[in-house]
Amino acid sequence: MKGSEALLKALEREGVEVIFGHPGGAIMPTYDALYDSKIRHILVRHEQGGIHAATAYARASGRVGVVMATSGPGALNLVTGLADAFMDSTPVVAITGNVPRALIGTDAFQEADVTGVTMPITKHNYLVQEVNDIPRVVREAFHIASTGRPGPVLIDIPKDVQLAEFTGTFDVELDLPGYKPTTKGHPKQIERALDALEKAERPILMVGGGAQHAHGELLAFAERTGIPVITTLMGLGAFPGNHPLWLGMPGMHGTVAANRAIHHADVILAIGLRFDDRVTGKVSRFAPHAHTIIHVDIDPAEIGKVVRTHVPIVGDAKLVLRELLKGAKPLKLAAWWRELEEWRTRYPLRWKPRPHLQSQEVIRAFHEATGGQAIVTTGVGQHQMFAAQFFPVSRPRSFITSGGLGTMGVGLPFAIGAKVARPEELVIDFDGDGSFQMTLQELATLVKYKLDVKVVILNNGYLGMVRQWQDLFHAKRYSEVYLADSNPDFARLAEAYGIKGVKVERKEDLMKGVEAVLSADGPVVAEFKVYHEEGVFPMIPAGGAAEDMILEHPAEREEVEA
Amino acid sequence: MRHVISVLVQDHPRVLNRITGLFARRGFNLESLAVGTTHVPGLSRISLVVSGDDHTLEQVEKQLNRLIEVLKVTDHSEPHVERELALVKVHVAGVEERLAVKDIQEAFRARVVDVAQKSLILELTGDSKKVDSFIEALRPYGILEVMRTGAVAMSRGERTLKVREKREAV
Ligand SMILES: Cc1ncc(C[n+]2csc(CCOP(=O)(O)OP(=O)(O)O)c2C)c(N)n1
Repeated sequence: MKGSEALLKALEREGVEVIFGHPGGAIMPTYDALYDSKIRHILVRHEQGGIHAATAYARASGRVGVVMATSGPGALNLVTGLADAFMDSTPVVAITGNVPRALIGTDAFQEADVTGVTMPITKHNYLVQEVNDIPRVVREAFHIASTGRPGPVLIDIPKDVQLAEFTGTFDVELDLPGYKPTTKGHPKQIERALDALEKAERPILMVGGGAQHAHGELLAFAERTGIPVITTLMGLGAFPGNHPLWLGMPGMHGTVAANRAIHHADVILAIGLRFDDRVTGKVSRFAPHAHTIIHVDIDPAEIGKVVRTHVPIVGDAKLVLRELLKGAKPLKLAAWWRELEEWRTRYPLRWKPRPHLQSQEVIRAFHEATGGQAIVTTGVGQHQMFAAQFFPVSRPRSFITSGGLGTMGVGLPFAIGAKVARPEELVIDFDGDGSFQMTLQELATLVKYKLDVKVVILNNGYLGMVRQWQDLFHAKRYSEVYLADSNPDFARLAEAYGIKGVKVERKEDLMKGVEAVLSADGPVVAEFKVYHEEGVFPMIPAGGAAEDMILEHPAEREEVEA
Repeated sequence: MRHVISVLVQDHPRVLNRITGLFARRGFNLESLAVGTTHVPGLSRISLVVSGDDHTLEQVEKQLNRLIEVLKVTDHSEPHVERELALVKVHVAGVEERLAVKDIQEAFRARVVDVAQKSLILELTGDSKKVDSFIEALRPYGILEVMRTGAVAMSRGERTLKVREKREAV
């Protein structure tokens, strides 16, 4: 057996069913072995598409996503996606070919120091020097990627190692003396947390992506205690978006209720989130009344990194919530809820109606038409925030977006990965005209594998989010954000790939458009031409605090208050 | 505040790269780094000198602990022994200087390890402050080269950097 066959066998033993990838010289022996393997391969048109698809596969399924690429340029095309998966703590294993060992370090054809390059953006990485190490390395890589705080792991294998004769064993023991994540919360700290919550008058529960797998426990805990729940962008779906205890998303484009709740809270129970600056705003003004912050995270380094923590609980969200649940009691929060209810009803998410078609209403229309029963992926920009605001998902692993890195172009490949992971689900990619054009070549992947993905492009003719910042903070100097003069006709572009194209330009055609997308049998690319000067609100300017939240564009404020 | 930190690592290729990369990426201030093997095959020990406030130091420790190949991290805040080795090549123009340098050498209990016509190489071990003073004392004579290893440290008494079964929580 060759190294490449051993590699595939090791992957099979990890339960890998699908690999996203793109071949090339240095990984050819493995592609050759793949020809005879049970593992399904999805050929993408760009390695970036492959890593994003693997990331979404992982996020949608809860399993490890796998991507494969050749040396040098192939591997380097994974860099953005690895960083994206790293920031959003996603379990991915990337396998890259490298030049033969004898050529490493000689600036050989298609050589790049990929383990060096990816060191800061992977949880761990390997350069495999010995063919018999392959099973051990694969075992470790999957273990590291999927346990503790999940993250991407890269395995770089020189071509001659793939070709070498394998004489080793597959029964390898995990031996990682420096890697022993703590999963069970400390009982003393759990007791302290329960104590603080019991005495709290204005407690809140803040939930991030690290609790996606703990949705059952989360729901039970919230319902038992009656605590209001806030979910970050990465936490969307971990708690049902249609639940009366849910206040929405916090932070820069969060709801008034969520941000005010944080501002006035006396006890905060934060689970599986890392207090990103898009959530906290100016840290010194974050949650000024919270005398107790309880932070539950599997990564000890996250606790106390950004905000001062009074009760640190290192552990897995699910296990810690189970422990918390044992001692949880119904809390008397009637007065607190009266305040929250007031904010919630007074400041719901809304938009200013205009004669033009608007992104918010397109997204809302899809939400209504589907009953919210879809997996949503997004690009990055205004449309992403609108999707988060107006497509509240009610199930875990069903809002897949780039949170930490904010990577434009993830929408379509994320949708591909999600659809491969959960083929029975309706998958909608809400994309921007800018974001979509960063990876649109993956339309070919949709065609090749007949993946029924609905791409909804909210075309405002601009790099909208940048335009919004220029509008608000750069005196309307719209430097290099105009796209409409050179955008393709997206529907015709889709048709060139043999995909159904839909185009909606007028408000009155909205429902017809939604219907055309949802009733189509197979993939669709739909372009909705939306109001080009829309802004995302509410908004807390970067570095601001909850009190600095603006509800409307300053120029339109008067009308709103009237 | 200056801290001396000991790190026990698996001596895999690139592990040093991971550590220095971590410091660079997170903006931690690394003053010196000294590495050597231990009596256990496969394990190396690194001494780091780092400066920063309590919050930074806490992050340094936690981020180091996140590295898969790091087995143990200790901040030597308790009584510990600290040593640095320095080699100093100093210019000696004539007999007078030679005698003066010899006085300094004796005062610091340094050793002469190389004698040439116009220069000497002196070897000194001591804590970093002592090495600093030694270099200052020699400076007037014309220092030609200095090589310092960076501090290494070990806790006094019973405390050891042995591997624990479980990683510490916070
Ligand atoms: C790869 C990448 N490049 C640049 C940016 C900076 N950026 C953030 S949002 C945005 C505009 C996005 O435009 P579009 O996709 O059309 O969405 P819209 O905001 O108009 O909804 C840009 C350029 C980014 N997030 N990612």
